[in-house]
Amino acid sequence: MPDAGVVIRGGTVIDELGARRADVLIRDAHVVAVANGIEETSASRVLDAGGCAVAPGLVDLHAHLREPGREEAETVWSGARSAAVGGYTAVVAMPNTDPAIDSAAVVRHVLGLGAMAVCDVRVAGAITVGRAGERLAPLAEMAALGVRLFTDDGSGVQDARLMRRALEYASDLGVVLAQHCEDDALAAGGHMHEGEWSSRLGIPGAPAEAEEVMVARDLALARLTSARIHFLHLSTAGSLSLVGAAKSEGLPVSGEVAPHHFTLTDADVAGYDTRFKVNPPLRPRSDVEAVKEGLRSGVVDAIATDHAPHALEAKEVPFAEAPPGMLGLETALALALTELDLALDRILALMSWQPARIAGLTGEHGGPVTEGGPANLCVIDPEARWVVEPTRMASLSRNTPYGGRKVTGRVRHTVLRGEPVVIDGELQR
Amino acid sequence: MTNPNLLSVADLGADGIEEVLRVTDSFVEVSARAIPRVPALRGRTVVSLFYECSTRTRLSFETAARRLSADTMNFTITTSSTTKGESLRDTVETIDAMGIDAVVVRHSAAGVPWQIAGWTEASVINAGDGWHEHPTQALLDCYTIRRHRKTLEGLRIVVVGDVKHSRVARSGVLAFTALGAEVTLVAPRTLLPPSTEGWPVEVSHDLDAVLPKADVVYLLRLQNERMSEALIPTLREYTSGYGLTRRRAALLQDDALVMHPGPINRGVEVAAEVTDLPRSVITQQVANGVAVRMAVLYLLLAGGAASESGEPALA
Repeated sequence: MPDAGVVIRGGTVIDELGARRADVLIRDAHVVAVANGIEETSASRVLDAGGCAVAPGLVDLHAHLREPGREEAETVWSGARSAAVGGYTAVVAMPNTDPAIDSAAVVRHVLGLGAMAVCDVRVAGAITVGRAGERLAPLAEMAALGVRLFTDDGSGVQDARLMRRALEYASDLGVVLAQHCEDDALAAGGHMHEGEWSSRLGIPGAPAEAEEVMVARDLALARLTSARIHFLHLSTAGSLSLVGAAKSEGLPVSGEVAPHHFTLTDADVAGYDTRFKVNPPLRPRSDVEAVKEGLRSGVVDAIATDHAPHALEAKEVPFAEAPPGMLGLETALALALTELDLALDRILALMSWQPARIAGLTGEHGGPVTEGGPANLCVIDPEARWVVEPTRMASLSRNTPYGGRKVTGRVRHTVLRGEPVVIDGELQR
Repeated sequence: MTNPNLLSVADLGADGIEEVLRVTDSFVEVSARAIPRVPALRGRTVVSLFYECSTRTRLSFETAARRLSADTMNFTITTSSTTKGESLRDTVETIDAMGIDAVVVRHSAAGVPWQIAGWTEASVINAGDGWHEHPTQALLDCYTIRRHRKTLEGLRIVVVGDVKHSRVARSGVLAFTALGAEVTLVAPRTLLPPSTEGWPVEVSHDLDAVLPKADVVYLLRLQNERMSEALIPTLREYTSGYGLTRRRAALLQDDALVMHPGPINRGVEVAAEVTDLPRSVITQQVANGVAVRMAVLYLLLAGGAASESGEPALA
């Protein structure tokens, strides 16, 4: 069947090459023209982009899609829908599933589940078997299936010797290890950031240093091995300062931050609402400011959602018993546009082409929007004001802490491999 | 009380605390009667929902409810809600469906009474949530101090021991300071909260230095598991630094009060002889607990029925 084509009309194309007023013609999953005044043929579909940015689709380095094992909270299919609504054309699914994504078989399974989804689903493999931190998982077998990121996310690799070996082994394969930095012994029993609010609320806390000691250790290991490390969800001023210094030194490291760590603080836990329980925990204002500064200065390479769906009943328990995590895919861009004092092209760098590079997706995702390139795009209305409504979300779960929050900036259309999967904010399938 | 619940001492403020203490006086009188029972809450149902063992507090609340002629129900759930199968919310909604007026909650996790208040129309009374708060303990402590001193205004209260893990200390600090007392926390740093920012208190690590000026010494219970968490090396070392030994008791002013929320580890927080001194008001704390809880239940459930003077009609 011949592809009639899609025209995205009236927008401003923004990608790594800059900004220019242009219409975009898409055919056969590719961009075939970027020019002013593209005439649509009678057969082509027209997507209105008036007042909007036409950008490479967003790329999320950090989404928990819960399948296999927790299908009541999210599936690869529903998580991909949630991602598409949020403007993402690619997400990296975290391996803390049940069973963990620690073998070629599970990688194949999850990639298969994502094959027909409305967002390109990639997976991160586990560094250790069962994410137990004891034995190295078969990284090469997973890398052969296209896995480019490996992490035990949900916990950090505690054993420094094992982490060293993993870094050495990974560098041979040309893949990147991503660390969830948390020293288990120092963080033990903590359910929120340790400080003024945990002391007042009587909730056992974990100190910022539980994150920072592992960042410092891994930077030393990066120096030792010359291997690349990506730091997941950095959340403290101390961590950012360590990573900033390491970058100045020339170490091959990158880092991401999550939207909640530049939006919310530990004071938000005061109502004991378990939707505000997340790991790393919400931090004090001074850390929030450091995260924002890291985004401005370039110490931070990516905004990643840490989208962590949980079923209602899982969160309706005492704060100390609730699992950490909050939804992120459908609110990340709006929070970045609302909370950060950054130009749209900077935010797109942090949410599209820079994470695409870290995930090894350059060429497929992250643009640029040029003739012959893949048509993985999102159309963003940066001025649209809206109110977050949990019940309207595409995710199977509802554990967003942002219900009722007024935000600015919304995804109008998302195009995956030439197919408009979201039009005017509505999923098309 | 204007708030339908008693979750935190902060809900009351100084005026609310004064109101409870005033009404408590009437119930102390009731408790002294041959038949210590009034019909104030006849037809009302008070449920105690205890997720943590606490014979003392539960009995105190249930006795208070019965003396007000309320019906009482008791749910003691010692297994954790996650292993038990029924969720906290389901349990609360089940109880709520029975038609109840108040639920008295004890849980090992901070914040649970706040969550429960969102799931029931009944008044929720916090009988201890994790390390966080235990408001009625603070109220009975204020009442006990007031029986011996006219006011807390300007009193020097020294709180000694495991403040970090103590809901008694958190509620106590709020209540004592609301009524104008000056509070000093004395503990090894490992047993203090990570931050006391925003707490209107002094902090000291030298008990000998603060005892001579103290009007009240409030000793907190030390749980045995604190040793396994590397917070203190041995009980002996703790007692020598922070226990109210006979030698230390001699440093106190003659009329200084010695208090403890119970149960006491005799020989650890406080020497056995010291608890028997006249200045020890530990058993009075227990006795006053019932009257204070009667006042709280009365104000929450029959507040509108108070006479013009604000005193309960206790015919």
